[in-house]
Amino acid sequence: MDTALIRNFSIISHVDHGKSTLSDRILELTGAVDPRFMREQYLDSMDLERERGITIKAQNVRVVHRGHVLHLIDTPGHVDFGYEVSRSLAACEGAVLLVDASQGIQAQTLANCYQAMEHDLEIVAALNKIDLLAADPERCAAEIEKVLGLPADEILRISAKTGDGVGTLLDAVIERVPPPSGRRTSATRALIFDSSYDQYRGVVSSIRVFDGTISTGERLRFMQAGAVHDVEEIGVRTPDSVAVDELGPGEVGYLIAGIKNVGEARSGETVTRASAPAAEPLAGYRDPKPMVFCGIYPIDGDQLPFLRDALDRLKLNDSSFTFEPESSRALGFGFRCGFLGLLHMEIVRERLEREFDLSLIATAPSVAYRAYLTDGSDVDVDNPVDLPEASRIDHVDEPMLDITILTPAQYTGTVMELCQARRAELSRMEYLSPERLELVYRIPLAEVVKDFFDQLKSRTKGYASLDYEPAGYSTANLVRVDLLINHVPVDAFSTIVHRSSADNYGRRMTEKLRELIPRQLFDVPIQAAIGGRVVARETVKAKRKDVLAKCYGGDITRKRKLLERQKEGKKKMKNIGRVEVPQEAFISALRLED
Amino acid sequence: MTAGYAAYAQPSAREMRRQVPTSRSGGSPFGVYVHIPFCRERCDYCAFATYSDRDHLMRSYVEACVEEIERAYGSGDLPPASSVFFGGGTPSRLPPEDLVTILRAIPLKEGAEVTVECNPEDAQIERLSVYASAGVTRMSFGVESTLEHVLATLGRTSSASERADETGGSVPEMLADDVRQVGFKSWNLDLIYGAASETHEDWHDVLVGVVSMSCPPPHLSLYALTVELGTPLASDPSRYPDDDVQAERYEYASAFLSAHGYVWEEISNWALPGHACRHNDLYWSQGNYLGVGSGAHSHVDGRRWWNMRTPERYIRAIKTGSSPVAGEETLSEAEREFEELALSLRTRRGVPESALPTAPADLVLREGGRAVLNVRGRLVANDLTARLVTGAAL
Ligand SMILES: Nc1nc2c(ncn2[C@@H]2O[C@H](COP(=O)(O)OP(=O)(O)OP(=O)(O)O)[C@@H](O)[C@H]2O)c(=O)[nH]1
Ligand code: SF4
Ligand SMILES: [Mg+2]
Repeated sequence: MDTALIRNFSIISHVDHGKSTLSDRILELTGAVDPRFMREQYLDSMDLERERGITIKAQNVRVVHRGHVLHLIDTPGHVDFGYEVSRSLAACEGAVLLVDASQGIQAQTLANCYQAMEHDLEIVAALNKIDLLAADPERCAAEIEKVLGLPADEILRISAKTGDGVGTLLDAVIERVPPPSGRRTSATRALIFDSSYDQYRGVVSSIRVFDGTISTGERLRFMQAGAVHDVEEIGVRTPDSVAVDELGPGEVGYLIAGIKNVGEARSGETVTRASAPAAEPLAGYRDPKPMVFCGIYPIDGDQLPFLRDALDRLKLNDSSFTFEPESSRALGFGFRCGFLGLLHMEIVRERLEREFDLSLIATAPSVAYRAYLTDGSDVDVDNPVDLPEASRIDHVDEPMLDITILTPAQYTGTVMELCQARRAELSRMEYLSPERLELVYRIPLAEVVKDFFDQLKSRTKGYASLDYEPAGYSTANLVRVDLLINHVPVDAFSTIVHRSSADNYGRRMTEKLRELIPRQLFDVPIQAAIGGRVVARETVKAKRKDVLAKCYGGDITRKRKLLERQKEGKKKMKNIGRVEVPQEAFISALRLED
Repeated sequence: MTAGYAAYAQPSAREMRRQVPTSRSGGSPFGVYVHIPFCRERCDYCAFATYSDRDHLMRSYVEACVEEIERAYGSGDLPPASSVFFGGGTPSRLPPEDLVTILRAIPLKEGAEVTVECNPEDAQIERLSVYASAGVTRMSFGVESTLEHVLATLGRTSSASERADETGGSVPEMLADDVRQVGFKSWNLDLIYGAASETHEDWHDVLVGVVSMSCPPPHLSLYALTVELGTPLASDPSRYPDDDVQAERYEYASAFLSAHGYVWEEISNWALPGHACRHNDLYWSQGNYLGVGSGAHSHVDGRRWWNMRTPERYIRAIKTGSSPVAGEETLSEAEREFEELALSLRTRRGVPESALPTAPADLVLREGGRAVLNVRGRLVANDLTARLVTGAAL
């Protein structure tokens, strides 16, 4: 195929600004999907995506417009899935920046856009939703010009809903986005920018060929993994998968090569022809590192093997989360899992429950602390119970973020208040326009993990947006708060917090547990402690009455059955410091923490 | 207060063991329970199989009971009854002659204990005399409370206090007088504690009023008000009893009664020496008994069965010659063992010490190889029952 007729572009925008809807219009306009089979957000194929109305995984599709082949990649807007965006950008020469004209540009979009510019991608900016009464394209265009330096008069105005301006947008893509530059005769180099696992076909990878060609049946070398696989099938998505014999330079498509584990076909991998390999791989990108951790346990211990199996299978599709076995006195056996962010955590958990029919409980999310010990060594601690004894610790560092918040100016006060309460330090503040403000803070990740996003949204009626990137570590006065039932610590509730909020956490949890732990035959102290020092205490008073008053007319059967049940129930209780606690009590306590 | 009864010492553990009835051997006690499912009005807390709108069934019900007894005894393997208990419902609601008709159908052992439950308003001399002359030895009166406001929040109406007023005494005094006149050997009075309007002082007054009479009841059943599903009480949370309050009432009553010579027999039962209820003890010692009438439960040697719950269906079954049994179970060896221990733990006999290894020391008295619940232990008997160890450990 003549590379001059190819255009590769991503659509980047904030959550809900209309990427998937625009993709729908493009599919229709170019006749890619039979109108009879058209449905909204056509490319969002996961149940979860369709239900939540969000894109979780990037999707690519090939369409034809005015004699040109366009490869478009729809990306997720949520900040947790930012890595998906950067992968997509690496496969393109251009990007459509889509901004909701009633909202203006958002923090995350800005970050993605800077990234696209760094990679020399051509940006085609478009204001979407101009059909809305609340749309203010003038202001938005001025803002984009100010922060991104894109001339306001080149910014298109479209409605992905009505289809207004979509044709013009495609024309602009053809005109402005440069065609790919690779040559057929060069040594083959193709970039894997996404992989997913299909039950029947194994790993299906999305690839972008930069140089040379790939043909069916030929042997490929995966340069980073060092493995060799034969091409079983290559093809393009139109959006239905259509097998082809060859993918040439500049083309985007899929590759199936008999691979059983997505870990062997990681995003960022360069594939080359085994018989005539390229000298250098393409510039890859780093796999994102998990930032948020929690324990995930089956509510019913018998489901443990199924959970393991489910995690294995999910990992086939999502190499960005990690897990390893862990055990808890309160919750039994489970896994310590790492995620890119809270939404990612929520989504993985929901997929586990839904796609694998499991009932799960998760411990409170934690971040990875680094403890420096008095003997000069250091340890990473992503589970609070692993924090060494206070006497062995010299100091503890916590992971930091640089966060960018874009907010309407009238909420500046409340946003700054929130940031201050979360130990954030202001690094920069700038007006994007008289009405909108950019605030940049350095903040402990742990504070963001704790419902920061929800708080930000509710304080600004949903108008503020947030972007973040890792910003190293800082030392802080961090302590571990343990919860003790009858003087025995309950691991599932141990948490590392800043000293200033330790007492508060202790009080909250002891109160909660007092309500949830059933009364025993003796008084049960519930304490929150830092090291040996108790910071909060409650007592579950001994139960005084648990007896059947009467057995009427010799009905012993009912009574016996009741007692047998109680005896069975006792067996199922978790025993912590002689206290019998039903697992549900722990589960509710963790749920309430959510 | 009471002059006649000194505080009796608790019997020693050895004595207690001797009193264990040998329920499975021949010549052992055998009871007959007769269920009378009629009441004048349903009390708010009551979930028993009883009805206030079916008095028209009484005649055929009595006939059915007689027939069920004859059938049961016709087979020839049942021993004569060492105890008979008419419960309900309100047995005293039957015309006394009808009750006697049923009683006459039951073969009795020499010296059998025959108890009739009676609502205080039915306790006229004439009725009680008919009972006594037919062989009834023991009356059990469902007084529940001597205080009008307590009865009101219990949702129990009684006209007994009017008659008592005429005699110038309390209801218990009136009953004691009736019992003495007719000459029953023994009698019981039921009380309920934990009603919403009942204060600690009320409870004290009720106990004192009953125990300090010149002839106090030699047997007392004290029941904690219990919320049963589907009752009017259950749909009125404002009247729910509080566990801690009930525990206090129980402890208070327990101390009070033992100071007045009553011996604790079973969770909810106390008796002056020699007045324990033999029939009740059959239940607690896994003894054998035949239940007659609708909803009645029977037990013989590890097999338990029960009759249809409504009187109509029960009568129809008997009249058509079919079985009135609605369900049954045969206990496995393990179930039987657990049941025996669970029941025994409720009584002053307790269980072998080795059967209750993990109970906190302050809830259990351990003496002579037996573990017996003390007052606080009795209040959490369910929890302790769940700790019973069966099998090899014994
Ligand atoms: N009025 C109007 N609504 C639009 C337009 N474009 C999209 N929407 C609506 O905006 C909402 C979000 O659209 P999506 O296409 O799912 O947004 P998205 O950017 O793909 O969202 P994520 O994938 O979650 O980042 C949907 O309810 C769309 O119907 C438009 O031009 N006009
Ligand atoms: S009199 Fe007894 S059996 Fe009848 S309704 Fe009242 S509590 Fe129930
Ligand atoms: Mg989308």
